[in-house]
Amino acid sequence: MTTTDNPPQSDTEADTTEVPLSDAGNPIGFGRMLRKEDARFLRGQGNYVDDVRLPGMLTGVILRAPMAHARINSIDTSAAEAVDGVHAVLTGETLEGVGLSWMPTLSNDTQSVLVTDKVRFQGQEVAFVIADDEYIAQDAAQRIVVDYEPLPAVADAKQALADDAPLIRDDVEGRTDNKIYDWEAGNKDETDRAFADADVVVRQEMLYPRTHPAPMETCGSVAHMDPVTGKLVIWTTTQAPHAHRTLYALVAGLPEHKIQVISPDIGGGFGNKVGIYPGYVCSVVGSIVTGKPVKWMEDRAGNLMSTSFARDYHMTGEIASTADGTITGLRVDVLADHGAFNGVAQPTKYPAGFFHIFTGSYDYGAAHCNVRAVYTNKAPGGVAYACSFRITEAVYLVERMVDCLADELDMDPAELRMKNLLQPEQFPYTTPTGWEYDSGDYPRALQKALDMAGYEALRDEQADVRAAYDNGESTMLMGIGLSFFTEGVGAGPRKHMDILGLGMADGCELRIHPTGKAILRISVQSQGQGHETTFAQIVSQELGIPPEDIEVVHGDTDNTPFGLGTYGSRSTPVSGAAAAVVSHRIRDKARIIAATALECDPDDLEWEPGRWFVRGAPEQGQTIQETAFAAHGSLELPEGVEGHLDAQTVYNPPNLTYPFGAYICVTDVDTATGEVKVRRFIAVDDCGPRINPMIVEGQVHGGLADGIGMALMEVMAFDRDGNHLGGSFMDYLLPTSMECPSWELGETVTPSPHHPIGVKGVGESATVGSPPAVVNSVLDAIGVRHADMPLTPAAVWRAMQGSPLRTDLAIE
Amino acid sequence: MQVPETFDYERASTVEDAIQRLTAHGDEARVIAGGHSLLPMMKLRLAVPEVLIDINDLPGLDHVRLDGDELAIGALVRHAAILDDPILGEHYPIFADAERKIADPLVRNRGTIGGSLCQADPAEDLSAVVTALKGSCVIQSANGRRTVPMREFHTGPWETAVGDAELLVEVRIPVRTSVGSSYHKVERRVGDWAVAAAGAFVQLDGDTIAAVGLGLSAVGAPDMTCPDAEQALVGGPASAEAFAEAARIVHDAVSPTADQRGPVDYKRHLAGELTRRALTDAARRARSGSDPVDSEEGNA
Ligand SMILES: Cc1cc2nc3c(=O)[nH]c(=O)nc-3n(C[C@H](O)[C@H](O)[C@H](O)COP(=O)(O)OP(=O)(O)OC[C@H]3O[C@@H](n4cnc5c(N)ncnc54)[C@H](O)[C@@H]3O)c2cc1C
Repeated sequence: MTTTDNPPQSDTEADTTEVPLSDAGNPIGFGRMLRKEDARFLRGQGNYVDDVRLPGMLTGVILRAPMAHARINSIDTSAAEAVDGVHAVLTGETLEGVGLSWMPTLSNDTQSVLVTDKVRFQGQEVAFVIADDEYIAQDAAQRIVVDYEPLPAVADAKQALADDAPLIRDDVEGRTDNKIYDWEAGNKDETDRAFADADVVVRQEMLYPRTHPAPMETCGSVAHMDPVTGKLVIWTTTQAPHAHRTLYALVAGLPEHKIQVISPDIGGGFGNKVGIYPGYVCSVVGSIVTGKPVKWMEDRAGNLMSTSFARDYHMTGEIASTADGTITGLRVDVLADHGAFNGVAQPTKYPAGFFHIFTGSYDYGAAHCNVRAVYTNKAPGGVAYACSFRITEAVYLVERMVDCLADELDMDPAELRMKNLLQPEQFPYTTPTGWEYDSGDYPRALQKALDMAGYEALRDEQADVRAAYDNGESTMLMGIGLSFFTEGVGAGPRKHMDILGLGMADGCELRIHPTGKAILRISVQSQGQGHETTFAQIVSQELGIPPEDIEVVHGDTDNTPFGLGTYGSRSTPVSGAAAAVVSHRIRDKARIIAATALECDPDDLEWEPGRWFVRGAPEQGQTIQETAFAAHGSLELPEGVEGHLDAQTVYNPPNLTYPFGAYICVTDVDTATGEVKVRRFIAVDDCGPRINPMIVEGQVHGGLADGIGMALMEVMAFDRDGNHLGGSFMDYLLPTSMECPSWELGETVTPSPHHPIGVKGVGESATVGSPPAVVNSVLDAIGVRHADMPLTPAAVWRAMQGSPLRTDLAIE
Repeated sequence: MQVPETFDYERASTVEDAIQRLTAHGDEARVIAGGHSLLPMMKLRLAVPEVLIDINDLPGLDHVRLDGDELAIGALVRHAAILDDPILGEHYPIFADAERKIADPLVRNRGTIGGSLCQADPAEDLSAVVTALKGSCVIQSANGRRTVPMREFHTGPWETAVGDAELLVEVRIPVRTSVGSSYHKVERRVGDWAVAAAGAFVQLDGDTIAAVGLGLSAVGAPDMTCPDAEQALVGGPASAEAFAEAARIVHDAVSPTADQRGPVDYKRHLAGELTRRALTDAARRARSGSDPVDSEEGNA
């Protein structure tokens, strides 16, 4: 198959504006600069959890259950304990003794740490062996004898509520079925009316299959309980160190000031590292029991089989419209598979996350969703893989439904979208399910994507390709798929949003040293997003200090203020705002100090980046560095003004920010083999002003690759017995550069009106927006209304035969 | 980390030395070549050898040469070397076709043809290539060498004709004139094992097929081939109709198993379609003389 390579394009507005450069050649403020953290990563000098080596440290490994549902009659650990070099073997019984065999999940459910009664998913944690090293621990784990009594498993969510379905959570008193909750949002009556009045109604069932974020670094921890000081230090792979500290305090009953959580360099999170896993707890208990530091680092199979997955949403959508294609309503019924424990991380008030943003980017007033969640014999989790709290599922639903409607109306999908998009003057816009979109110019973004793609010419080429196919000259078809997404990120206003009672606000501290260099302490934690660079650039933009002069400290609870961490694209919208606010406070204080030094009224001073000067006499002024020294010096300060130059804040966002974008994917499909090649991908993103356009583009590149992965290859399927069919990278396929075209990126800039510097989050935009574009493209090529992801060659071929595969179960 | 059980490690210096060590340890020992099949199995603890005999230092096993009317390929020749080898490229572009779709460059730099054939994975590619070319395997033991036709080399999934104290030392392929060859494989992603694959050589006498060979991977074809389809082609025209008929015979003859790569009907369909493509390209290459490997099908 030939590939048409397109030169990488970049159409970025920020690049054209002039930015002053520092002596080191970095932009003072926003602009492209290389990442400050890359020097250590590129030289192999990063410090990950697995790099932590403490004197006397032991290693723990987990023995996992080989089947999905089984009562444990007995566990005999004696042979394992007898192995030379083994220090302890923990089981559910041991943990029960210290009240830690079960722990709360982020959704206020409970989850087993080590099994006490029965196994509820394959790969579940059964025992924890602590030994001198991993080899010994692994050998010993094999010698543990467990008497399992297999039980029938629920692997198919659609069977979870059947009358004869085995009861999974018999640990919860009074529970008689596998239902977790029923939840609804929107205006049901109005929606029913819209559907009754509609000219056209299209209904489609679709699955967003279970996928895994699969970060390059798996999860792990090193726990060290100092027997003398009673202080517990945990180096751990967490996206939310402060939340973890509080949870350890609550769960284990340890005093919070005696717990230090350190999240060093993290090799990717994508939501996988939000929750607390049994392995972390076992390493803590292991350290208490042995009196030594205990490291636990899971292997790839453990990561894929037991840690937080994403999606597993069975959705039935219905879209209503007039005969000429004006959308009048959307409703959806969801069956959500949460696995054996409800371990979803999301604001308490929203059990289905932000799924109810499913109305998308279009103008209609009637919408309703109902989400029914069930337990199955699969691993717990649900919100992970850069999904913006289930906006991924929502965007997939609406963008597929719009294409289904276009198919029904025989209308061009670009035209149908353009006709129904919200207009710029409608913002701020309140959706039928209650979200207030802050700002947007949707038609402009879509038009830009269409122009970059050369949409008309592509449609002409597609017609030629189809003609050759129809004549039997070729097996190839070509597809063009669109998606338009709106995300709500930056959770969130604390009166609406908390996780286990912890409000989703973030602290920040900025201290300017006497010489004008700065240290910024933030509550969020980078897993590769480049916070050490971007946050320095925010301060740089607001204070005119070169970014290389600003040290960003994060990921250590003893050295940073409290906050809820990095996920749901919340770092820039929430912590980024906090960094801007502390910078503004410093600027205001610097004004008073500079005025004192210059012997004038603060009101007579004007700001230019990096300097206060006397209005009308620009040569009289003081740089922020000079002011910093003065603030620490002998200068007599006015009454009530303290010395030094530092500030702190807690930022409670008034609303979410709403990034959006228009994506177009061009595919070539070999109908005789089902193979799909992504030929082009055009992505126009609007995340407001771009702090570092290079980092933004990097985030978009990664998300687009994720989208190709999900659309074409990634899935965790299960056989009828609940056996996991994606437990290694030979089975769980991640995309490589070979599956990715040269991305064509574009940009529009619509600032958020309520954010101090107008920026919106972008970390998940492409992961959210790209899967429907790829799927729409493939289905556009083969002329089939719907087939479920992943569109592997087999799935594509079967869709063309009219017998689509069920992708969440074993292929039989 | 996935870690194997404890094992001993010995490094053999010659073929004879390796055979002696294998004889001494009996069935507790395993040969290790590139290690890209054996080590993953050991880490998953599916293979638990007590001793590994490393054969990477063995002299005289890394050649590709013309030897009389056959091509001789040493057992230690790496995938990467096969991909780039000019002699193989000239005689049988099927090798490069297949190599471009085997694993990724990291694996190809280490994995060997000997290890590939001895692993005897039913989805292995080079076994299908050597099967298509009707090659043979030279096995050495303390008693000397013996030659086994490729089509008898695999005695079952993951089982070969190589005994406990034996080594595969060479793979031999007959040289043919007026020949073309080709390999087609469908994978879910670069580096994935085959969903299905088919390779073929076609030797022409004018427009008539003088000889033909088919190799099929991952579709449950006995001995990785389909003699009925081969017989139907020999002596007939190298035409689209003949290839379609051969594809139909293959489609009906194979017995793939369903797995996450695809259901039975799809794999059966692919076996036919890829056979048709392999035969078509092989015949085209036979007609155009020594046709260099098509360059547009770049791979990792
Ligand atoms: C990620 C990945 C992807 C892969 N994808 C593919 C693919 O798409 N297609 C494909 O065909 N293969 C694939 N492979 C397999 C790869 O080609 C292996 O390297 C090859 O199959 C084995 O060669 P080796 O030299 O590494 O053998 P080893 O792993 O060293 O040995 C394999 C077996 O052969 C035995 N053995 C080795 N040499 C000899 C000898 N001379 N005599 C007797 N016994 C011997 C060993 O004892 C062992 O049992 C993949 C492997 C990996 C890791």
